[in-house]
Amino acid sequence: MLFEECKKYHLPLYRCPSFIFFVLGLINIFSILTSYSIANKIVEDPRIVALICAFLACFLLILSYFATKTFEALAESNRIKSEFVAIASHQLKTPISNLKFALEILMSGKKGKIEPEQIEYFQILKENTNRLKELAKDLLLVSKIEVGDFKLKKEEVDIRELTENVVKNFTPFAKAHNVEIKCYFEENLPKIFGDKEQIKDVIETLLDNAIKYSKKEKSLVEIKICKKQKEIYFEIKDQGIGIPKKDQKYIFEKFFRGSNVPKNEIPGTGLGLFIAKSIIERSGGKINLKSEENKGTTVSFTLPIFQKA
Amino acid sequence: MRKKILFIEDESALQKTFGDFLEKEGFELISALDGETGLKLAEKEIPDLILLDLILPKMEGVEVLKKLRENPKTKDIPVIVLTNVDDFEKLEKSLELGVKAYLVKTDFTLEEVLQKIKEELKE
Repeated sequence: MLFEECKKYHLPLYRCPSFIFFVLGLINIFSILTSYSIANKIVEDPRIVALICAFLACFLLILSYFATKTFEALAESNRIKSEFVAIASHQLKTPISNLKFALEILMSGKKGKIEPEQIEYFQILKENTNRLKELAKDLLLVSKIEVGDFKLKKEEVDIRELTENVVKNFTPFAKAHNVEIKCYFEENLPKIFGDKEQIKDVIETLLDNAIKYSKKEKSLVEIKICKKQKEIYFEIKDQGIGIPKKDQKYIFEKFFRGSNVPKNEIPGTGLGLFIAKSIIERSGGKINLKSEENKGTTVSFTLPIFQKA
Repeated sequence: MRKKILFIEDESALQKTFGDFLEKEGFELISALDGETGLKLAEKEIPDLILLDLILPKMEGVEVLKKLRENPKTKDIPVIVLTNVDDFEKLEKSLELGVKAYLVKTDFTLEEVLQKIKEELKE
């Protein structure tokens, strides 16, 4: 069919090149016919008008043809890019998991004792393998979101338990950054409805951000979860470096990082919030950010409460 | 009696790490580097458990799983999927075919995989 490629590029109809070309063609014909019929009443020799109109029509049609071809080429290269990222990041997972398992065996000491001065180097290997793993995972997720091949499970999730587990895992990391984490949970929180693993990823991203962008001196991160009407409201507040006003509207875009971030000092890909927003919105919630430079950032999201059918 | 595990996986690096690790834990390991060989070995050896990768040469993992289930000799052998395909449909399909666990390689340690294997073999 004529508009099959719209599906291929995952574009809505109004942004699809062949559809735009079709509409342009219709407008073209319509306006030529109108101008011919109007001119016909004013000018003496309609043949001259017909000639000019036909010439204009051809010219406009050729022009719009090239314009849409250019759009199509862009859409195609974007699709190829997403596909390439998907394949590449998936291919990366095999060597990364091989590395990880081999390292686990070496570090377990089962293949010979590890000398104390070697431990630090093994630790470096382990941490960086982990970073590679996270990066590959994020890239794969982003390309899935882009090509619309991103599905979420729908299950009953205890958000309090989930958050407590994440906080527990992050406590050593927080201590190393001189950050204290405080939690405020409303009593008897109802369960939420969503994909447990993905929501856990969102909370991890937000907590990781809150800690790593905290200022060097002693700092506090506060997490609050409560019920608001028919939703669960989650809020995380830090006293970090904040996000400059001019950057805030781009902060949920992929690969974007605030201009005040010392990018070499604080590792990050600029993918976390983009992924978090996609997950929350696809789960039927909303994500919000408030920030003041040098004072701190508050990120909040809502998620629907689980209801028995 | 040592428990027999069939490991169907085309990555020789993983055959080495898992082989070493599981043999040290007291299991007998049989390895297959592609789906067809895996299926043949399953029928011949009747292992106590099968560790199965999904992307395999000659025959895909899901196909192997189907064939295992169709054969009365192998249909009750517990299968744990160990893969890097973190895909919702593949997961659902595997669960439909009765796999005991679906483990994504990058997200699990050897120790955790071992725990899952032990849990399955206890029953």
